[in-house]
Amino acid sequence: MALLDELSGAARPVTKGRAAAREPGARRPALLILPALIALAVFFLYPLAVVGWNAFTDPEPGLGNFTWFFSEPANIATLVRTFTTALWVTLVSLVLSYPYAYAMTVAGTRVRAALMMLVLLPFWTSLMVRTFAWVILLQDTGVINQILGAVGLGPFSLIRTQTGVIIGMVQLLMPFMVLPLYAVMSGIDKRLLPAARSLGARPATAFVTVYMPLSLPGVSAGCLTVFISALGFYITPALLGSPTDALISQQIFTQVNGLLKWGRGGAMGVILLGLTLAMIALLAVSLRRAGKRVSG
Amino acid sequence: MPSNTVQAPVPGAASGHNDLAGRGARIELTDLSKRYGDFAAVDDISLVIEPGEFMTFLGPSGSGKTTTLNIIAGFVHPTSGTLKVDGAAIEATPAHKRDMGVVFQHYALFPHLTVAENIAYPLKRRGMPKARRAELIRAALDTVHLGDYGHRYPRELSGGQQQRVAVARAIVYSPRVLLMDEPLGALDKKLRDWLQLEIKRIHAELGTTFVYVTHDQEEALVLSDRIAVFNHGRIEQVGPASEMYERPATLFVAKFLGESTVLRGEATREGDGSVVGVCARTLRAAGHIDGPRAAIVVRPERIAVQPRGHQPEPDRNVLPATVTSEIYLGSSRKLELALPDGSTALVRESAGTLSDARPGDEVTLTWRVEDSVLLPDDPEVETVFT
Repeated sequence: MALLDELSGAARPVTKGRAAAREPGARRPALLILPALIALAVFFLYPLAVVGWNAFTDPEPGLGNFTWFFSEPANIATLVRTFTTALWVTLVSLVLSYPYAYAMTVAGTRVRAALMMLVLLPFWTSLMVRTFAWVILLQDTGVINQILGAVGLGPFSLIRTQTGVIIGMVQLLMPFMVLPLYAVMSGIDKRLLPAARSLGARPATAFVTVYMPLSLPGVSAGCLTVFISALGFYITPALLGSPTDALISQQIFTQVNGLLKWGRGGAMGVILLGLTLAMIALLAVSLRRAGKRVSG
Repeated sequence: MPSNTVQAPVPGAASGHNDLAGRGARIELTDLSKRYGDFAAVDDISLVIEPGEFMTFLGPSGSGKTTTLNIIAGFVHPTSGTLKVDGAAIEATPAHKRDMGVVFQHYALFPHLTVAENIAYPLKRRGMPKARRAELIRAALDTVHLGDYGHRYPRELSGGQQQRVAVARAIVYSPRVLLMDEPLGALDKKLRDWLQLEIKRIHAELGTTFVYVTHDQEEALVLSDRIAVFNHGRIEQVGPASEMYERPATLFVAKFLGESTVLRGEATREGDGSVVGVCARTLRAAGHIDGPRAAIVVRPERIAVQPRGHQPEPDRNVLPATVTSEIYLGSSRKLELALPDGSTALVRESAGTLSDARPGDEVTLTWRVEDSVLLPDDPEVETVFT
């Protein structure tokens, strides 16, 4: 839960928040989250425990499933591919979302509402539908290739490639980058920029030395969310990607549904979970460091 | 408001033992305007600020004083007119090349940098070597008496300390001009009084030209060599504090700077002076005005309260009045009196020379003819503020 603290703290540059939570009256709200905790225990922790149990016991007790995973070069390749894909998705999302979120903070009320709507719009259609839309757009005779063809480019094979997967995932995950960025950016005092200029900084220098460091908590929060979500994506890579370039979630599906290797599937799940938790810990530490400098 | 409006040090008087001391620049504004559509935020202003001078822009909010400061800083581009610093036109020079220090009401410290890093910021932008930076940061922190605070973050400091850091950051590169936009506006009274003296001391130590924006007339009187009173985007009057107080050029200045009694009436010429009919009496004042609608302004400490029927000296103006309230202020006493025409007169008596007048008493007010400042009436003034 330390991570959630960091994430919420990032948008709130007040130091008192955490101290206030320890006051005596703060104990009662703990009861309010009890139903959610029970639901999590039953529907999330229990299945997780079963998966973990399977990883170590099926078909026989021991570390067999893990030694299998790490002895197959194909598995390692999948793992690496999964992480590089997630990394690319995070990077592209960040590059696209940073100016977008910045524009939201400087736009007028109406334009800002419209921009916010565009970010939230995808949430109102199902992930499946949106992914199928990308199938149609990206296919070799799809709209994108037709337009590219009309201006004398292409056709490019977009579907069944890692590029296609990244394009689709970026579109699906961008809101998770834009929203934390916007939350942090809207809290940055824009009057610091003219102050920096009066001190001798060119406009670009002022932005890089003042605005960007102050937006870092939003960058970390967005990247963390997008990266971790991308690691576990299944439907989008399954529909837009090539079976030979499968990601780890697809391999788990194959092991469990195709080969009925519950133990191996479980082991892959545990490995993914372990690596994800390690990433979270790493990012939380760096976030805490950045947050300390920026907001306390 | 203190009645002793003692002058600030002589312009350009730098004591010289501060490492950051430098020569102040001369700033020249000529026919400067800033229009937003039909609205003139700054309306054809001309003003010369002398090197090393402490100039205060005083006026109510929306009077154009901050816009003028922002034009000098380079944050706002004038619609027309010229701006010269040490003789060189700089309208086209971007803010980061103007070499001016700016102190904002909201401090504008960079929250992700320590105090020392904040002060290092302008030095880094100037590519200064690290050793020299450290010396200057030390000198700047010493100047604002925050020597031990370099490693702290702005949020760990009080408002007054933050503003002193902001001053340190703005003077560390020895700019020719220091612009301050209501720097004490967010602080409480006691801290403000103390920081005013600090700012005055720093000005004397550095010899930099200071341009200071405030809506607080007392602050303007305490700090300034000269004050420019702004109203509706124009400068109503420029001059030393004492001159502004004793000889206001317009009714607006008289009301904005200090307290006063305003007596309105018809003016007629009489020799080298004028007489004004007020409350069925005639009051005398030196000088003439254009047009008949006149106002006589008298400062509260210039009026004497006499028992009714007292025979005044011939060179004094006389009005009957009724005491309505009294405010005891320790070193002085303030009386509010009702005049026959329903308007209010203000009298301030020093503790050593209190009259016997009490609320309800019918009295006679007298003051010297030369203490009557004759001005054209401005019907707008009373409604702006009281």
